Amino acid sequence: MATLDNDRAGAAPWLLSAPALLLFCGLLLVPLVLTLMLSFHVFSDSQGTLATYTLRNYIEVITDPYYGSIFGRTAGLAFAVTLLCILLGVPETIVLARMKRPWQSICLLVVLGPLLISVVVRTLGWQILLGNNGVLNNALQALHITSEPIRLVFTMTGVVIALTHVLVPFMVMSVWATLQKLDPQVEWAGRSLGASPFRVFRRVVLPQILPGVLSGSIIVFALSASAFATPALIGGRRLKVVATAAYDEFLGTLNWPLGATIAVLLLIANVVIVLGCSRLAERRFKHIFD
Amino acid sequence: MKQNGFLGLLFNALFLTFIAAPLVVVILVAFTDKGFISLPFDGASLRWFRAILDNDQIVGAFWLSVRLALVAATIGVALALPAALAIARYRFPGRAALTGFFLSPMMIPAVVLGIAFLRFLSLLGLGGSFWALCATHVIIVLPYALRLALSSAIGLDRDAERAALSCGASRFTAFRRVVLPMIRTGVAGGWVLSFIQSFDELTMTIFVATPGTTTLPVAMYNQIAQTIDPLVASVSTVLIVGTVVLMLVLDRMVGLDRVLIGETR
Repeated sequence: MATLDNDRAGAAPWLLSAPALLLFCGLLLVPLVLTLMLSFHVFSDSQGTLATYTLRNYIEVITDPYYGSIFGRTAGLAFAVTLLCILLGVPETIVLARMKRPWQSICLLVVLGPLLISVVVRTLGWQILLGNNGVLNNALQALHITSEPIRLVFTMTGVVIALTHVLVPFMVMSVWATLQKLDPQVEWAGRSLGASPFRVFRRVVLPQILPGVLSGSIIVFALSASAFATPALIGGRRLKVVATAAYDEFLGTLNWPLGATIAVLLLIANVVIVLGCSRLAERRFKHIFD
Repeated sequence: MKQNGFLGLLFNALFLTFIAAPLVVVILVAFTDKGFISLPFDGASLRWFRAILDNDQIVGAFWLSVRLALVAATIGVALALPAALAIARYRFPGRAALTGFFLSPMMIPAVVLGIAFLRFLSLLGLGGSFWALCATHVIIVLPYALRLALSSAIGLDRDAERAALSCGASRFTAFRRVVLPMIRTGVAGGWVLSFIQSFDELTMTIFVATPGTTTLPVAMYNQIAQTIDPLVASVSTVLIVGTVVLMLVLDRMVGLDRVLIGETR
């Protein structure tokens, strides 16, 4: 690229990024390393955290079926939310892309805008909607669809619905970015060569937006696996996920080493899934990225 | 591209309803004249908006969040801008790794960041300090500021700067008078986005917040975790309206799709 200075680089880029780099080393790298060390410490009920090293926390989290069920529930939640985000987000993005301005901009604003609104506010909305005396149940009973209120708050169904609402804009964003690069002429070419609309979608459009769907799925999966506020407020105390379990260890039982262990495992799982899927997607779609 | 059929438009309407419903409900509930959450309600009133002003805890948390977001966004942009220029203009060993490192807080679960910061601050004995809270928020917002600064600094035409330099301007003058005006929108957009991210941050902050440094999202979370009353709905309504205003500002300045989706140019 002509805008890059190849010859005069030297120390300049490092000097320019030094302030941010120093801050990140001191305030990001060091705390993460300290957390890793903390996860190997011993916790005793009477004396708190002891500075001796052990693998006991990891063995406890990995072998105890209680933590196994929490990790399993989190994975299930992440899969369900990702699937729903694909089923809702992908068709919506295609509909959005076919719209004309100014409707397109307005609808895009409505879909993406909630990303900037606090998760607490959006979750509060779902609590009001889903409650036993909530809007949804009252409406269903008024329409005589059900006679009893359906329990949605403090259930996984409720968490999945609310979390899908929180995260589906990420899927729309990701698919939108790939749709922008798509040449509409190719679609017309398929149609004029006698393919049915469905066939054109399956053979022409779908393969081209698949990388966007995949990267969107990776983002949604990672974010729902580590979601905190929505599972905590809609799921309640009983339906613990990894993030709320780590929170409870830290601020409830004060077993910091165990909480740190859960956090480290969550981070590792996240990095493995995100990097693994990205690698896979890059290899599979190399011809599209090039 | 093709037109939408009836089914497409119907799907769009249902989808938009799904997206807007929880926010609309929060706003409606805030106007109740009852002491509890109920929909539909008979009498509308502004009593729950007046109640916000009488609640010192909420007002205090609001101003703390504003100060925090102002400081974090400003420091975040000030640190991200030179780093973005370094990444956008120079090819040097470690460039990709440096970019990845600066963007990494977006990839690390907020719970993990919260635990790491809590451990770090408690070892240093800094828990409960406003400036320590600011420092953690700078880490959170810097990736957003950097991404927007990068998107306007990459591919910048450098001839104007070279012309300024050859006309005798100092490097600083050339930067201030020529480069900065060209990347102004990306920098300002990054600041607004950083402000919103810091103001809304809950999951990381809930670990490091103390009774003396309770931000608005943390105060609201603590309240909602126990019981939901119309007061949290009216506070949320104020937040929704405030965010929509900032959102329209962002849309005017840099285009919301560019802020959120990134490099679409």
